[in-house]
Amino acid sequence: MLELIVRDRCTGCNRCVEVCPTNVLEPGPEKVPVTARVEHCQTCFMCELYCKEDAIYVGPDRDQREPVNEAELVASGLLGQYRRDSGWDEWAENPKYENQIWKLGPYIQAGGKRSAERVHARIAERKQQAAPAPQVDIGQPKERL
Amino acid sequence: MTGESRTGALTPLPIEADVLVVGGGMAACWAGIAAARAGAKVVLVDKGYVGTSGVTATGGPGHWWVSPEGDARKEAIGKRLATGYGLADPGWMERVIDTTWRTLPTLASYYRFNVNDQGETVYNALRGPEYVRALRHAAMDAGVTILDQSPVLELLLHEDGSVAGANGVRRQEHRAYTARAGAVILATGGAGFLGGLLGSSTNTGDGHLMALEAGAELSGMEFSNAYSVSPRWSSTRTLIYSYARYFDADGKELDALPHNGVLERALINGPVYALLNECPDGLRKSLPQIQPMTLLPFVRKGITDVYEKPFEVKLFAEGTIRGTGGLRIVGERCETTIAGLYAAGDTATRELIVGATSGGGSPNSAWALTSGLLSGAGAAELARSRGRRVDARVRAQGTVGLRPRGSAKTVDRRSVLKSAQDEILPLDKNLFRSGSKLENSLGVLDSAWRELRDHDYAAGPEAVIARETASVVATARLCYTAALARDESRGMHQREDASEQKPEKARRLLIGGLDEIWTRPEAEAQWRPTHA
Repeated sequence: MLELIVRDRCTGCNRCVEVCPTNVLEPGPEKVPVTARVEHCQTCFMCELYCKEDAIYVGPDRDQREPVNEAELVASGLLGQYRRDSGWDEWAENPKYENQIWKLGPYIQAGGKRSAERVHARIAERKQQAAPAPQVDIGQPKERL
Repeated sequence: MTGESRTGALTPLPIEADVLVVGGGMAACWAGIAAARAGAKVVLVDKGYVGTSGVTATGGPGHWWVSPEGDARKEAIGKRLATGYGLADPGWMERVIDTTWRTLPTLASYYRFNVNDQGETVYNALRGPEYVRALRHAAMDAGVTILDQSPVLELLLHEDGSVAGANGVRRQEHRAYTARAGAVILATGGAGFLGGLLGSSTNTGDGHLMALEAGAELSGMEFSNAYSVSPRWSSTRTLIYSYARYFDADGKELDALPHNGVLERALINGPVYALLNECPDGLRKSLPQIQPMTLLPFVRKGITDVYEKPFEVKLFAEGTIRGTGGLRIVGERCETTIAGLYAAGDTATRELIVGATSGGGSPNSAWALTSGLLSGAGAAELARSRGRRVDARVRAQGTVGLRPRGSAKTVDRRSVLKSAQDEILPLDKNLFRSGSKLENSLGVLDSAWRELRDHDYAAGPEAVIARETASVVATARLCYTAALARDESRGMHQREDASEQKPEKARRLLIGGLDEIWTRPEAEAQWRPTHA
């Protein structure tokens, strides 16, 4: 859930207020927006993506807030990570953050195939272990055994 | 101040258009673009922000992508017909494939398409936030007026029963509005029951409730029980789980495969853990560039060895978002059963192309695109021939939360919502269905409905919450009423007490009504299997 807006970074542009799909924020009495309805936060990180100042931190848990230490957070490099990895704004021409969504389909297919093979192999192996030892053809007419 | 009445309350802000689009995801945007390009004055109103609202904005939609060369389309359609279990329509599939194929490349001036390792431009795989941002810009350039943070609360009908517009609220300005239009397109998304699926908090089934109140018919609401896997504490993107191994609390590995029920049954019995150690190095390296959101929550949880250490997972309900039900479509322009009202994307039934099966992301995106374009063009044409009729008398259709039947009193919406979610979200009730379980759940859902219907009342931005709560309850009732009526198993709808597919049930199941819900099989399946 939305956890923190770093006061020193926020310019009061209220872009996050505008873009939040569930209307969690309101313009504040001072520059920093007020988290008015955090219970509606769906942890979608969209406010971070649209914050060019990298001032917003959304915690990872969608059901509960997990307080963070602001100074540690600013030092951690986590702020702005999503906007950077998405190759937005000033990161747009950096090849390191080039959008490679085209790989999604091929990897999903390959992963599905790999998982199916693994599960089927395990089932086959279990069947084999449970079955009696395989009979060996000793090359003799059956009635003599 | 203009518009202020003697009581001090502002009169609703008047909005007028040829075509009113309700919603702000990909179907809504494509609808607005098509209507505006056909010459209509278009106003698009979204509950949130066009660019972040809905399940596309937080996702990475692939699109059904089949070349017109050779027999590729014939084969693709044949495969889909088989998994549609008699409820899909090959003509609609052809239309959706072809429209998608022709349309996506036209977005190139707004979206930077990928080039793959073979040097080919890839048009069918897009990243969500960039895609909807591109659609927003394309819609604005086409002349669409976008009103963000402006949820619709109810539909308006003319006295002849045709749609006349909608009432809503500019929720950040606490200002009601009344929009009048010659045609209305509902593209409010599917119904996710506020179950926590990433991006779905906006997709509460608002359009379904509004349409029901206006007397519309829906179809396929029994196909509403898709789930997707994520860490227990948050719904994230799902690519990495295609490689996942799953274990129960004793460390025993599960034979879990998509839709074989093993993971689902294990989760009913206790915690389940995913291990991602089979994800190949190439995927690990590329993942932040494929889905930058996937690892983000893990890192923030302090989980740095996501590929080596098992973590607890949960299945998040996708309702009719990945399920297929929605408003019944009765014409090739995505007309609904109400004159002048169109439905697009997840608001409309997707049975036309996927029948009784989910379809997954890529047919669903292709459907949102195509139904958006078709409804936009159809609505523009209708509005041109009928006019806006802004002086005609209209009647607001909203009921629950706006006009209580009994005395208005404080309703604990959260507890009513929770009572409904406790019936519609759990795997043991919604995935492994039976007549008696459905009847029990419907009893709970009906009393939730009565509580809201009789007593809930809210105005202004709070009315949005009241209506969302009502929409969740209303759509849950539709899903389970349809599931009870379809006393067989077909596609994603599986009944423990009726495990066979019955040949005579190869019909779409229509549903409607508000207090008294009715169902009836569609008179003729539009397509009948021809195999021997």
